[in-house]
Amino acid sequence: MSKKDTIICRCEDVTLEDVEAIMNEGYTSFEEIKRILRVGMGPCQGNTCGQLLQREISKFLKVPLNEVETHKVRPLITGVKLKSIVEATKDES
Amino acid sequence: MKAKIVIIGAGISGAGIAYNLANKGMKDIVVFDASYLTSGATGRCGAGIRQQWSSKMNCILAKKSVDFFETAQEVLEYPRSVEFKQEGYLIVATTKEEDLQFTENVKLQQSLGIPARKCTKEEALEIVPHLNKDAFISATFCPTDGHLNPFTMTEAYYLAAKRMGVKFFFNEEVTEIVVNNNKIEKVITNKRTVETAMVVNAAGGHSKEVGDMAGIDIPVYSENHEILVTEPVEKIQGPMVISFSLNIYCQQVPHGSFIMGRSTADQVRGHDVGSTHEFLDEMAKTAVHILPPLGDLRVVRQWGGSYNNSPDRQPIISDCSELPGFYLACGFSGHGFMFAPMTGLLLSEMIMGEKTSIDIKELHIDRFKNSDFTTYERNVV
Ligand SMILES: Cc1cc2nc3c(=O)[nH]c(=O)nc-3n(C[C@H](O)[C@H](O)[C@H](O)COP(=O)(O)OP(=O)(O)OC[C@H]3O[C@@H](n4cnc5c(N)ncnc54)[C@H](O)[C@@H]3O)c2cc1C
Ligand code: FES
Repeated sequence: MSKKDTIICRCEDVTLEDVEAIMNEGYTSFEEIKRILRVGMGPCQGNTCGQLLQREISKFLKVPLNEVETHKVRPLITGVKLKSIVEATKDES
Repeated sequence: MKAKIVIIGAGISGAGIAYNLANKGMKDIVVFDASYLTSGATGRCGAGIRQQWSSKMNCILAKKSVDFFETAQEVLEYPRSVEFKQEGYLIVATTKEEDLQFTENVKLQQSLGIPARKCTKEEALEIVPHLNKDAFISATFCPTDGHLNPFTMTEAYYLAAKRMGVKFFFNEEVTEIVVNNNKIEKVITNKRTVETAMVVNAAGGHSKEVGDMAGIDIPVYSENHEILVTEPVEKIQGPMVISFSLNIYCQQVPHGSFIMGRSTADQVRGHDVGSTHEFLDEMAKTAVHILPPLGDLRVVRQWGGSYNNSPDRQPIISDCSELPGFYLACGFSGHGFMFAPMTGLLLSEMIMGEKTSIDIKELHIDRFKNSDFTTYERNVV
């Protein structure tokens, strides 16, 4: 499969080709790549693509996988509708 | 290592100042950032660009900055898109007082060439049809306000500055500024020592600490402001919707997500940028109240960032009478992203000893000495 067709982040539609291009521009940390390409910013919050990107960075920098920092995990763990949050606060009071 | 000038911080301010200085022909410019590009408030901000302010100075800074943003892509020869979307800010009034104040604001804005206008409730509903008609009484609208991508805009400055020879060092923290006989001699980082006579403090949330390193007391403090983003959906809202009394700003970005934020009452001061469920609850309530259809959107992520506040909620763009060679770009009080082109231009003019494009006495740090500042920006969330 070509790099153009290899999807790293399916939520944000980012390919292996995109990732390699950005690393060649000099951005080799997860947070930088995320901010430019939106990898890991999708509804799954990087659950699917996090490790894939980590592996690509590790290969590119030729450092062990466990030395590549992944993205900061932020709330929420799964998407919740705004109105469900409003309903939940009503139940509490 | 030697440098003509050291800029501390590579957020939108530091990157913009570096670009403007290089553009004026200065050589040997060095920028240090303790982390990565846009790691501070810049990469965490609401990405909003607005010219509808209540103070004349903020109106002028915003308008002239918008003029630059409109051409930034070409001027900076940036290969990606800075995503400048000018579909306006709709500011809703919910009380009689706000309505009156907004009438005054619009007069001021129009006198400065900002195309803002007062809207009746009906006119506002034509601009944003899904607004709750019972949640407000009138509004103001400026069609050339909008949204700009904080990552790519900062990168555009960064790449242009780099092309002109500015040296950037990331993951390198400035820990000390050596001052002798009232002269800056060195900047020390966790990795090296740089001989320099000039320093720009563009350290955002940490500008007070950087001021302390040089023995300059800057009357700013930092506090956490929280924000969230929803899943992307089809485009339903062009303008940013904002209300000071309800404490909300909310806009759909080009990518389709809605971004919304509000300030937390009695927020403790400090460097915490964490997320709370109290914010999530209040944010959800306010958003669903004013824009009911948004209730169906799923929140995918929330985060926090630093507001670096000054006593009058206007920026400090200034040199220092106590320490020649020490320059300040801080205290942006939650609106420093949209002012960056002017921050960069004005500070670079000051540093090069040129006459500044506009008179900025009221942005000088000395205004706080005798508390002789007269304007206070009320229009903030
Ligand atoms: C939630 C939120 C929403 C916002 N919404 C908007 C908006 O819609 N529109 C708008 O215009 N503004 C908005 N703002 C404000 C805006 O983000 C800031 O005013 C602006 O980004 C400030 O940029 P800066 O470059 O001055 O600071 P920062 O982006 O904070 O950059 C400062 C940099 O300095 C570095 N640094 C600090 N100390 C040191 C040191 N000792 N050595 C080396 N480096 C150091 C940091 O690592 C950081 O990268 C918002 C802010 C927040 C938090
Ligand atoms: S696959 Fe990347 S965020 Fe979901």
